[in-house]
Amino acid sequence: MAEVEPKQKKASGRQCCICNQRRAVLKRPKTLEQICRECFYAVFEDEIHRVIVDNQLFKPGERIAIGASGGKDSTVLAYVLSELNRRHKYGLDLFLLSVDEGITGYRDDSLETVKRNEIQYGLPLKVVSYKDLYGWTMDEIVKMIGLKNNCTFCGVFRRQALDRGAALLKVDKLVTGHNADDIAETVLLNILRGDIARLSRCTSITTGEDGPIPRCKPFKYTYEKEIVMYAYFKRLDYFSTECIYSPNAYRGFAREFIKDLERIRPRAILDIIKSGEDFRISTSTKMPEQGTCERCGYISSQKWCKACVLLEGLNRGLPKLGIGRSRGLNGHKKDIEQINQMNNIQSKPCGSLDF
Amino acid sequence: MQLTLEFGGGLELLCQSVKIHKVNVDLQAGKEKLTMRDLLSWVRTNLIKERPEMFMKGESVRPGVLVLINDCDWELSGQLDTTLVEKDVIVFISTLHGG
Repeated sequence: MAEVEPKQKKASGRQCCICNQRRAVLKRPKTLEQICRECFYAVFEDEIHRVIVDNQLFKPGERIAIGASGGKDSTVLAYVLSELNRRHKYGLDLFLLSVDEGITGYRDDSLETVKRNEIQYGLPLKVVSYKDLYGWTMDEIVKMIGLKNNCTFCGVFRRQALDRGAALLKVDKLVTGHNADDIAETVLLNILRGDIARLSRCTSITTGEDGPIPRCKPFKYTYEKEIVMYAYFKRLDYFSTECIYSPNAYRGFAREFIKDLERIRPRAILDIIKSGEDFRISTSTKMPEQGTCERCGYISSQKWCKACVLLEGLNRGLPKLGIGRSRGLNGHKKDIEQINQMNNIQSKPCGSLDF
Repeated sequence: MQLTLEFGGGLELLCQSVKIHKVNVDLQAGKEKLTMRDLLSWVRTNLIKERPEMFMKGESVRPGVLVLINDCDWELSGQLDTTLVEKDVIVFISTLHGG
């Protein structure tokens, strides 16, 4: 791209509405302002800084793990957070934390990206693998269960893996790269699924404050478009191949719907987040009680946490255990039927929608 | 007309994993200029080898695909109606792949 000569004809008449000097290169979805590259960097970083300060996401001296997949969001998050930490003297110790699901041709490649980020941003990296934590790689799981509910296994295992990795790093908090588009999508999905418990927490910028390691989302109000533009203009090194076990997962209809809405009216994304925040759940609604798993001690609303149920199924050669609503360990015929009926509803494509 | 097209964010997978394409696009008979609308239909016919629905929706790009013309957001230059000139560089980036 270095050989590109600046073109005058399209530059004329399109000045940055912030500095009134340079050529505008971007239309902000949030405000519809036309801004230049330098002003874009400034407002993008400054808004994230404001979100961090206004929501008191961090305290000086804290150890923070950045959930890093090698994808665009976590790569930009690692870059921006280390930049802001230096610039505004947050006094944070930052770490990269990656999960190796054991997916040949996908995660091994994206982990290479994270390893480059480790050097580029000077952040220590910790990788935890499904193989070490659970004794199974996703490749082995898919070999056993096929391509139907694999994303359920992966999602449940990843959530715990991040918590365990964070505990190993002895961090105070875990930050993830979930952006405004992701959150709007989750709000919609939780409404459609009638999942009141998740609906009420999916818009929180910080979750799990009662648990061992709280999680927060500094990109809660950051548009995906701006994250990708930022990565493009800054030439950040990120990985963008879809998971081989979840082809077309990103075609999830909620995502598509959000993107269609954004084209018509970009503010719709922030409006959906606001609606999610303003949802009031009747105090008489019975919510699942949070306890701990009798087997591994992880937070769980049931006797066993979801990961332990799924793992039990894998180890016993009954991989459908834990898929759907059935919880019995001796698969009755009726349970199996029920399980099969539930498959359509329960198996959801990957896209880190549960957080 | 000589143009440079760049595909990123996973879209390169739709054109045989090649990110940068130097191409020559002819004006359609009877037309005096080449617009982004014309280019998209040319790309769909000549470069996209699989799953065109990942790249286009209707006559435009699929929502979630960002377009930059000479490193400038195409939303500032009239999107489909943008007129292209010799040596323009057009970048397509999908935002739809995991984060």
